[in-house]
Amino acid sequence: MLKIEGLTAEVDGKAILKGIDLEVPKGEVHAIMGPNGSGKSTLSYVLSGREGYEVTGGSATFNGHDILAMEPEERAAAGLFLAFQYPVELPGVGNATFLRTALNAQRKARGEAELDAMQFLKLARERMKALSMSDDMLKRGVNVGFSGGEKKRNEILQMALLKPSIAILDETDSGLDIDALRIVADGVNAMRGPDFSALVITHYQRLLDYIVPDRVHVLMAGRIVKSGGPELAKELEAQGYGAVQAAA
Amino acid sequence: MTAAQTGATGFLARYEGLKDHLPGARKPWLNQLRADAAVHFAARGFPTRRVEQWKYTDLAPVAQAAFAEPLTSVDGQVHLPAPLAPHRAVFVDGRFRPDLSSLDGLPFRALGLAHDLAEAEPHLGALAKPESEPLAALNTMLFEDGLFLDVPDGVDGGLLELVSVAVDPGRPFAFHPRHLVRLGARARLTLIETATGGGHCLHNPVFEIEVAEGASLTHGRMLQEAATVFHLSTIYARVAAEGTYDNFTVAAGPRLTRNEIHAALVGPKAACHMNGAQMAADGQHVDTTTALDHAAPDCASRQTYKTVLAGRSRGVFQGRIHVHRVAQRTDGYQMNQALLLSEEAEIDSKPQLEIYADDVKCSHGATVGALDADSLFYLRSRGIPEAQAKAMLVEAFLHEAVETVTDETLKGALTRALDAWWARQEAAA
Repeated sequence: MLKIEGLTAEVDGKAILKGIDLEVPKGEVHAIMGPNGSGKSTLSYVLSGREGYEVTGGSATFNGHDILAMEPEERAAAGLFLAFQYPVELPGVGNATFLRTALNAQRKARGEAELDAMQFLKLARERMKALSMSDDMLKRGVNVGFSGGEKKRNEILQMALLKPSIAILDETDSGLDIDALRIVADGVNAMRGPDFSALVITHYQRLLDYIVPDRVHVLMAGRIVKSGGPELAKELEAQGYGAVQAAA
Repeated sequence: MTAAQTGATGFLARYEGLKDHLPGARKPWLNQLRADAAVHFAARGFPTRRVEQWKYTDLAPVAQAAFAEPLTSVDGQVHLPAPLAPHRAVFVDGRFRPDLSSLDGLPFRALGLAHDLAEAEPHLGALAKPESEPLAALNTMLFEDGLFLDVPDGVDGGLLELVSVAVDPGRPFAFHPRHLVRLGARARLTLIETATGGGHCLHNPVFEIEVAEGASLTHGRMLQEAATVFHLSTIYARVAAEGTYDNFTVAAGPRLTRNEIHAALVGPKAACHMNGAQMAADGQHVDTTTALDHAAPDCASRQTYKTVLAGRSRGVFQGRIHVHRVAQRTDGYQMNQALLLSEEAEIDSKPQLEIYADDVKCSHGATVGALDADSLFYLRSRGIPEAQAKAMLVEAFLHEAVETVTDETLKGALTRALDAWWARQEAAA
């Protein structure tokens, strides 16, 4: 399970996270909702180890690992996955090469056998079919010339291949039409089970109609100000963040 | 400035001593050519950084070294790279080695220049400009041999390899091969050149390349000599109407590389593509300098160069495009991109457009940067270790340059040259 205690972090000397306390037990899906600028993306970057996000206090452990002390690639090999809000385009790096390299790097780090090209292709094609992705997306450069929806599906494909034990989905719904949203949600739901947990970060309640969370947390100004069941998302949708802030 | 100050003395003395023994010494036209070149070289010596075209590349280490003639005998074993094609011409220390070459069955004439100087007379010196390029003067003064090939009208010459090996004799030496390449009307040829070997040497080749009407030459070059070698090459190419000259150069190895290309598009609808990747590691210097003359209407030129610099190294790109008054409807494009892998690496980039025609499409661009932090984080967040992630991004940057190459054999060879360089960097790190 993911356990965050009193986590504070700053970017360019400015405090963004001001004491986050959060637990995501094994097998559960939690949502973090909050207005723009509340620290949602910062939390996802701090947890995945991006440079430029300085942790100033508190802790974050995942299955007992002190993840804040680990390199990004070590966190990934330990089972943590971040689905990017803005997936990066990598011209000249073939998508198939990228996916296979990532998968094999993690397998190697865990002491598992690496997949050869044929084994990998078979696996990738199977997963892509489930996400309504064409084979041709394997041949192109990573995210190069992909539409917004294709980029998000490519994120979910990576998750499906890498099989993390916790996924942080950073505004995966942004820029998606309803069909793409459904495909992405199906991809996440297919992963659900006793060994998979997720932290779904979103601005809108819409995604949570498709990925129904076990718990919802409201993040405002760098703190979790309210937690509740899935009904909290509906409440926010109806009343807006202002009402929560006033109550908090 | 005196010859001693510009490092010319040793070479001039060698010319004086050798001139009666150099190949073609009994041919008055060649003696005159060499004598004129010696006058030019004596007057200018090695260019210093005060010369505009040499502002960023310092030849002082070359000018200050005392080079001898290569002593290599004309037989004996040398280590050759694996062949890419059935036909190859092999030069050892600048001298043609028929015993190591395989030219039988080529549909055109290819031979050592020293063996057929009479045939070469109309072409030798037709394009090179010893009066303005001192390295061409040095080459003309002292060349002993080179490749002379002549593809007749309408003939598809297929693929020929040109292999140049420097054998380390344990002391500094210099060689100045002169290569003549002629393609008749509508002829075709792919020439793949590999320069390898080591020792403290100066390899100073000059190419004179003529592409006649409708002919097409693909010229791939892999300059992969050891990090003790000075490689200074000057190419002169003239392309007639509807002809094409494609040059792709990978410079990755020598201590100092100057890849200087002068191309002139002299007939309507001629085309020239000059692309390349140059890489330097700690203590190395790479320089690509191109001068392109659009001297006829409706011609097209494309240039894309990539530079990767590691450690304390330096890269230079200078690209001049001159569009003459008559060259209406010129379509010119030039791009150079540099990737700096260390804080101590330095790139100097100088595009130069001179346009005298009014109906012209000509663009250029330059980028310089470090590895993209977002891209690196994206790869690492997927579990790819930092060193491997960097390697993937550098390879992606370089491979993009090779994507334009259509000949599969050439593309494969260039890709291997790029990968070999990166593998060496990783091994050294």
